[in-house]
Amino acid sequence: MTLSAQASGPDTGAAQGMTIVARTQGQMIRRRFFRHRAALAGMILFGFVVVLSFSSIGFMGIPGWWDKSYLTTGALVNQGKPTLSVVPEFLGGSGIRLGEHPFGQDDIGVDYFAKTMRGTQQSIIVAFLVAIVATTVGTLVGAVSGYYRGKTEAVLMRFTDVMITIPVLVIAAVVGRRFGASGVVVLGIFIGLVIWPSMARLLRGEFLSLREKEFVEAARALGTSARRIIFRHILPNTVGVIIVSATLTVANAVLLESALSFLGLGVQAPDTSLGQLINEYRTAMVTRPWLFWWPGIFIIAIALSINFIGDGLRDAFDPRQTRVRA
Amino acid sequence: MIVFIARRLVISFFVLLAATFIIYVLTALSGDPLEDLRQDNSPQKAQKIADRSERMQLDLPIPVRYLDWLGRTVRGDLGVNRDGQDIATILADALSATLQLVLAATVLAITVGVIVGIVSALRQYSGFDYTVTFAAFVCFSLPLFWVAVMLKQYMAIEFNNWLKNPVIPYPVIALLALLGGLIFGALTTGDRKRRLIAFAVGFAISGVLFTILSVTRWFADPGLGLPLILAFGLASAVGFTALSAGLQYRGPLYAALAAAVIGAMCSELLNPLLIDPTWLEIGGLVLLTVAVCVGLGYGLGGLQRRQAIIATVLTGLFTGGMVFLDRMLQAFASYSASVRGRPISTIGARTPNYTGDFWQLNLDSAGHLLLPSMALILISLATYTRYSRASMLEVMNQDYVRTARAKGLPERTVVVKHAFRNGLIPITTLMAFDFAGVIGGAVVTETVFGWRGMGFMFTKGLEEVDPAPVMAFFLVTGTAIVVFNMIADILYAYLDPRIRLS
Repeated sequence: MTLSAQASGPDTGAAQGMTIVARTQGQMIRRRFFRHRAALAGMILFGFVVVLSFSSIGFMGIPGWWDKSYLTTGALVNQGKPTLSVVPEFLGGSGIRLGEHPFGQDDIGVDYFAKTMRGTQQSIIVAFLVAIVATTVGTLVGAVSGYYRGKTEAVLMRFTDVMITIPVLVIAAVVGRRFGASGVVVLGIFIGLVIWPSMARLLRGEFLSLREKEFVEAARALGTSARRIIFRHILPNTVGVIIVSATLTVANAVLLESALSFLGLGVQAPDTSLGQLINEYRTAMVTRPWLFWWPGIFIIAIALSINFIGDGLRDAFDPRQTRVRA
Repeated sequence: MIVFIARRLVISFFVLLAATFIIYVLTALSGDPLEDLRQDNSPQKAQKIADRSERMQLDLPIPVRYLDWLGRTVRGDLGVNRDGQDIATILADALSATLQLVLAATVLAITVGVIVGIVSALRQYSGFDYTVTFAAFVCFSLPLFWVAVMLKQYMAIEFNNWLKNPVIPYPVIALLALLGGLIFGALTTGDRKRRLIAFAVGFAISGVLFTILSVTRWFADPGLGLPLILAFGLASAVGFTALSAGLQYRGPLYAALAAAVIGAMCSELLNPLLIDPTWLEIGGLVLLTVAVCVGLGYGLGGLQRRQAIIATVLTGLFTGGMVFLDRMLQAFASYSASVRGRPISTIGARTPNYTGDFWQLNLDSAGHLLLPSMALILISLATYTRYSRASMLEVMNQDYVRTARAKGLPERTVVVKHAFRNGLIPITTLMAFDFAGVIGGAVVTETVFGWRGMGFMFTKGLEEVDPAPVMAFFLVTGTAIVVFNMIADILYAYLDPRIRLS
């Protein structure tokens, strides 16, 4: 589409000894994103958390490099205190080492690193499922009601109004109470099915303005089918909005899932998630604070890094953006 | 306009109706309402099951139960919960507890959030701006329940322990002073030298302040005293005048300063009244303050009468607030002793069976409100900061702001009159939404801090698979959302004449 700089003749840029590189929209967006330092840091942090959690204890039967399981109990070593140490010896610490149980053990001797990793995996899976389902449904509803208008829009938007009247935590809690025990996949899909309305509203607004543009009129004049106009002509122009909103939905979903699990309405024991871990050990703050700290740190790490990525994406997709923030 | 409101009301009514049906069915389907009784081993098991089934009409299909609930609700009867308690009574208690909790927190979050957001917009790309942005992102990412438990541990239990011997260790004083210096430095614009000077000033001020607080053991028996009330009052007078009228006019400044002096003197003169007042008397004093301040502003304001009245009333209320705070703080030592030295509480809305004078009772509520309010403020503060920063930046780049600057208006007038007012328009919508949201109660906060508010009623009803309290909860919150959405739309059209309701 548009080029960031066009060498319109031999006597403009090239004549002054400057090389002018034509960039595609995608290249510009990527450049802006990678210049956003916070977003880049968020990306690295999030990548680290994902790799750590999925590679350490393995996933779906594939074994990981960590030798302890989140299910087997063991003998309590040193009251289950964490053995992770990051202070080097010459600073008076006990050296940089992982030790037997880096995050400590819980009250029945289960390795807490394995447990936290399992919780992290589950929370990430739920969050992504929620975001994918909510984005798909929200995009479809928004696109259809924004493009067709009239009766279709009235019906779909009234339905959206009904869903939006119900506070997210309320309906998610009802859904969580019903489907929490059926595992994270079911929970994620059903939460996604109830939190799409805000996405639908956003997309409808975009479609309402884009459908009046000349290129859509041209496509319609050529006899293009409505389906093709929606998916081929308008939708690609809303990709920025969709990606940004989907990213922020992931961050919100992590927090929503952990809040639900904390209230006992989300993931149910014996399976675990970060919120469920905090709920399980909320009274352990005084005696075993690490049982409380680790899952909290991982929730913040995930939500914070995704929020930063979302912020970077928003700036990258915003054509008015000229200055890249740190 | 009236057609718009009427149409909206009709549509909203049907939307709400549909939503109640969805919630009812989902709640009724979410589990087994007799689960706890099935594990009961007492001889009356069959009788209990029969009783509850009868009360909850479990023999009828869910849609029929819904219609029955709807019919009774329309006639003003919210029904009973599964143990036979009247829902209307539970709802009234829950609503008052929740309002107590969230109103103060929301108002405070809005005030502080908007101010911080605007300052960070006016100082865009400064150290302060980056810090606020980062802090806001951290707040967005904090799990509320986690923060709440942390607050309980460090702000209540450890703080109460520390209050037994309130001496700030010197390394901590150094750290606080460093923080103060950094805030001063980050807020200053200009070259490195100016910022270094600001840093040094901030460092010195906070260092001396905290040393004095520590050496005099202020936290054991806090209070402000007349000199400090007067100093804060005078400072606020200068600040409010600078904001509303500018300091180059003498009239408004004198009026505001007079208000501060009179207010501070009243803290001594009204001593007999202030020893143990009632809320009615406090309300009367507030009205009296406003009346006196309007008179002062009118009399001394000169040509800037309107601005003078605004500055004077704000100064008067601020000074009055200081007097109130001073009295509360003076009662702190006796209150603290009466609750065995643990003034910051972690559970419930008040100390059971506590009696004391006006100030002690208020301190008791404040001690219970402090932690849940902090948790709530932390989260919504971030939203308000981000929104007001974005909206202020948007406005500051508008052509009319450039015009205002071009015609030579002072920066104060540009920011306060031209930018600030228009920047507030989008935030009013956010406020309306937020107020609707908070009536639903902070479900998570209430759970952690043991408040028996709306959120508690909802989670308990849901756990017991009892639709009646859940529906009562939703009726209130749903109506609030619908009504406040409409208020937001109307306000928006009123504040921004470019928008027409149709």
